[in-house]
Amino acid sequence: MKMDHLRLPAKIALFALFGVLLFAVAAYASGNETASAMAAATDGAHLGPDTGVAWWVWPLVLLFFCFILGIIAVLAGVGGGVLYVPLVSGFFPFHLDFVRGAGLMVALAGALAAGPGLLKRNFASLRLAMPVALIASSCAIVGAYLGMALPTNVVQLCLGGTIMFIAILLLVSKNTAHPVVTKQDALSLALGMDGAYHDPATGELVQWKTHRTLPGLLLFIVIGVMAGMFGLGAGWANVPVLNLMMGAPLKVAVGTSKFLLSITDTSAAWVYLNKGCVIPLMAIPSIIGLMLGSFVGVRLLAKAKPTFIRYMVIGVLLLAGGKALMKGLGI
Amino acid sequence: MSEQLKHNGKASPAQITYANMLFYGAWSGLGIMVITYLLYVSGLISPHVPLKEIPLLWSQPVNTYLEIGNVPHGWGWTALIAKGDFLNFVGIVLLASMTLVCYIPLIPSLMKRGEKGMALMAFAEVLVLALAASGLVNGGGH
Repeated sequence: MKMDHLRLPAKIALFALFGVLLFAVAAYASGNETASAMAAATDGAHLGPDTGVAWWVWPLVLLFFCFILGIIAVLAGVGGGVLYVPLVSGFFPFHLDFVRGAGLMVALAGALAAGPGLLKRNFASLRLAMPVALIASSCAIVGAYLGMALPTNVVQLCLGGTIMFIAILLLVSKNTAHPVVTKQDALSLALGMDGAYHDPATGELVQWKTHRTLPGLLLFIVIGVMAGMFGLGAGWANVPVLNLMMGAPLKVAVGTSKFLLSITDTSAAWVYLNKGCVIPLMAIPSIIGLMLGSFVGVRLLAKAKPTFIRYMVIGVLLLAGGKALMKGLGI
Repeated sequence: MSEQLKHNGKASPAQITYANMLFYGAWSGLGIMVITYLLYVSGLISPHVPLKEIPLLWSQPVNTYLEIGNVPHGWGWTALIAKGDFLNFVGIVLLASMTLVCYIPLIPSLMKRGEKGMALMAFAEVLVLALAASGLVNGGGH
């Protein structure tokens, strides 16, 4: 088969299909192994219900589900984590502990893969990210421990409320491409939070600087705690704060936000990793599926109708938030 | 960072170094993860927790998974690296370590340019990430 005739999305989709088939064959091959006896349940700890579904079905479904999620996330302009955690915890049989662990790894992997390109093109600014990252990553550790210590139903309730808030934020927030910053404040000046980038769309050199730096940095305390607590990633909050509050151009805000996730989510991810909340059987297909979906999503971006998809995602977030709230209330 | 470099739209050398390290580290981590995962699910390397038992555990809180699955927490997985499920942590840990690794060269680079405040900030970030990775700070669990 000549691959030259195929467009890139088709090639990626074929690659994904090949991956799924490879997984299915590998899983089938190992299906004949005999299940060894597991340690008997002790001290009240007990196994979950047997759904009767073969073990390899869930990772396969998750891979496909996350592939679609990756496409939708790019088209809607949101991070994968913010869709992954509420939807997977709402509609899959995994405990919230593991969904948050996998959610952080999903957001982290996406940010790490995107980071180099954004840094090289100067859409992500290391100078802008460093102070913000120090605050957010320290607070993400606190958030992660808080999320692990609180009862699951309380975390579910908070998650539901947060998801609903994010949906409303997406609905009402109007980011500005080039916010007007008349005077750089003293803190911004001291931290060197200014720079320039070449905008390929206009061919212009865009100079930028920030203002309202202190309130902006203080907001990253809350953002860090929430990112760690729910495993959501935090692009939904980073962008409005960097753009609307601190006055960074939209491209710098989006690029720096994505890069920031690679730092903030790292600290929280370590907490979840050390606690045993990352199960490779479910986390890895989630990461791979979402990344492949993101590549296809980027290619489809030119043809898609982002406004419709954005409203669809807001609807899905409201639904997922409502489900998380109901789970938290035990309904 | 020189004012001229900062305002000509080009990324600073430190930012480029960071980007290059991140590129190779992140894609290596993802590649390793795919390979170890296929080795794991194909049964070529036997797992510590049998594959068929995991669906009975992932619906339960993490403490149940650790207790019944006899799964170590913290860095205890390194002792089980020969097992298919824990071999996957090589790629995962590489991904989770990349930010820390990329931050280290920033410290001397910033010091050399006389930016002691920023260098201190980079050092503090390394400490925060190292503390999180060490597992020394202990908290609750479900």
